[in-house]
Amino acid sequence: MSYHITRKTEDQSSGVEYAITKGKYAPDENGYYGRFGGAYIPEMLHRNVEELRTKYLDIIYDPSFQKEYQQLLQDYVGRPTPLYFAQRLSKQYGAQLFLKREDLCHTGAHKVNNTVGQILLAQRLGKKRIIAETGAGQHGVATATVCALKGIECIVYMGEKDIQRQAPNVARMKMLGAKVIPAISGSKTLKDATNEAIRDWMAHPNDTHYIIGSVVGPHPYPDMVARFQSVISKEIRWQLKEKTGSELPQKVIACVGGGSNAAGAFYHFLDETSVELIAVEAAGEGVNSGKSAATTQLGRDGILHGSRSLVMQTEDGQVVEPHSISAGLDYPGIGPMHAHLYDSGRAKFLCVTDEDALKASFEVAKLEGIIPALETGHAFSALRQLELKETDNIVICLSGRGDKDLATYMKVMEQNAEL
Amino acid sequence: MSRINDLFARKNKRVLNVYCTAGYPQLDSTIEVTASLKAAGADLIELGMPYSDPLADGPVIQASGTIALQNGMTITKLFEQLKDFRNQISLPVILMGYVNPLIQYGFENFCAKAAEVGIDGLIIPDIPMYEFEKEYKAIMEKHGLDFIFLVTPETSEERIRKLDSLSSGFLYAVSSSSLTGSDKDFSPVESYLQRLQEMKLKNPVLVGFGIKDKSTFDIACKYTNGAIIGSAYIKAIEGGEDIEQKTKEFIGQVVN
Repeated sequence: MSYHITRKTEDQSSGVEYAITKGKYAPDENGYYGRFGGAYIPEMLHRNVEELRTKYLDIIYDPSFQKEYQQLLQDYVGRPTPLYFAQRLSKQYGAQLFLKREDLCHTGAHKVNNTVGQILLAQRLGKKRIIAETGAGQHGVATATVCALKGIECIVYMGEKDIQRQAPNVARMKMLGAKVIPAISGSKTLKDATNEAIRDWMAHPNDTHYIIGSVVGPHPYPDMVARFQSVISKEIRWQLKEKTGSELPQKVIACVGGGSNAAGAFYHFLDETSVELIAVEAAGEGVNSGKSAATTQLGRDGILHGSRSLVMQTEDGQVVEPHSISAGLDYPGIGPMHAHLYDSGRAKFLCVTDEDALKASFEVAKLEGIIPALETGHAFSALRQLELKETDNIVICLSGRGDKDLATYMKVMEQNAEL
Repeated sequence: MSRINDLFARKNKRVLNVYCTAGYPQLDSTIEVTASLKAAGADLIELGMPYSDPLADGPVIQASGTIALQNGMTITKLFEQLKDFRNQISLPVILMGYVNPLIQYGFENFCAKAAEVGIDGLIIPDIPMYEFEKEYKAIMEKHGLDFIFLVTPETSEERIRKLDSLSSGFLYAVSSSSLTGSDKDFSPVESYLQRLQEMKLKNPVLVGFGIKDKSTFDIACKYTNGAIIGSAYIKAIEGGEDIEQKTKEFIGQVVN
């Protein structure tokens, strides 16, 4: 325990995050990662986005911010989360597998790392009202949680279809005092909830902060959210050193929808070329089934929600509705940082079907006593597609716990007694 | 002189720009709507290119876009419809849309084709100033298309001047920080419009968002060169019957 505390103090003063901005995979001052990123926003959003762009780094690296943020991560979120050596799973796959236990964060997933950071930022910007979008409800819950913590008004936009599909999370948000507004436009899912949140922000140019839940949106969101999630890889480095003597694993594996947990898990390894970064997308019912969310496989260059990235779209440039069994991966775009990691070859992108993700979730439950979120099931299933060596140290970002997916898991067990 | 400049040279007060989504209410309504607007006394026509994720539009215009997409409207289709429209319509016509479909079409191709059929200018709200200067400005200039930027009550004077200098044709003054089709009280907007008037900008100014009837049109025209009506007109021709008659009645009650 004393080791952790010493370590923390060192990290606070080391300016690790500032250093990484000079790295090869960091965005330029206009928010471009290679050809991806930028801020394609209407003039109505300019004031809000510009305020954030010019202030976010100064606020985040102010010592009083860091002190409060680190304290909340420790006492409220429950950080550092363990890096757990998964013995039985390691034996099964013939490699040394370490699980980064983001599922043990307060609210059950890594999402809260970002919302804690952004609520502190919103306070320092003098904002009185918080808005957020949510798909499955995890980011909505994480936002409602920090708004309750700080006593700030919270409005969450959620697709009408998702409200029907994710009743327990809607109830959680309401219990936490948030107002959940159904997005009834377009396809009535996550991308439409995002559109509605952005519109709300345009209509409230002074008093409102928009807490985006992933490494998407106009600059500076992808960079800001990645920085708040970067605590994941910061901890992995010292924890792995403690356990193995080396800070650097051979591979880091994370699932990608918009890509926030992957951004956090990759962040402090981006310039360590010996570390293979593996991003796992949702293939849905199969990449070519027409019901998939594998954006790097199916998307083309485009602009969605304020940044240039890879986007799943029709020939005419209309954004399509993706499919994944996991609501957290069900997004037709991908963060611009990930588009660049894909394009430059720095990260390897794999995809996993609904069925294989389910199998992996059940396997982890049986072998390790951990029920992972369906999103994370995709990351685990990628192990089957990799050539592994007995001596390889592999870190898997266990981004969330499976409680929210119990209804899906129950349905599977009813249909298939073997699993 | 461009058609838009020519319009403002002839008429610099109470200029009425009416927006309609192309392919709404029916796929082939585009020309009928355009002709009806001209007959009813509109000065300028803005055709919306429907998009799945229209961030800067309110619910009425988004719903019209959804219908247009279901009707099968695409950019290719729109250019087919507009192929001969200059034979019957001399009013300036601008296209409004979002950048993603234009990139997929090929931005340069899009501009070339737009200029070829006789389009006068573009409003693309999600191309911000920085990207415009870096990537799009030269292409639009090459094809002789005007580009119209938006300003809002939150835009600083310095930035308004910069946006004005980059715009041609006219400058689009968003009446409030809200979205198209909103029902908000219009009076607080007046001081902002007055401020714009006093800045003596290079371009004429048209006010959009929240203009829906004679009283809001009159307020806008008090301080600027005219206004843009979208959602209210979309509602007026809902269903698609008697477009000509409905357009005449709607425009009549706004301008008279």
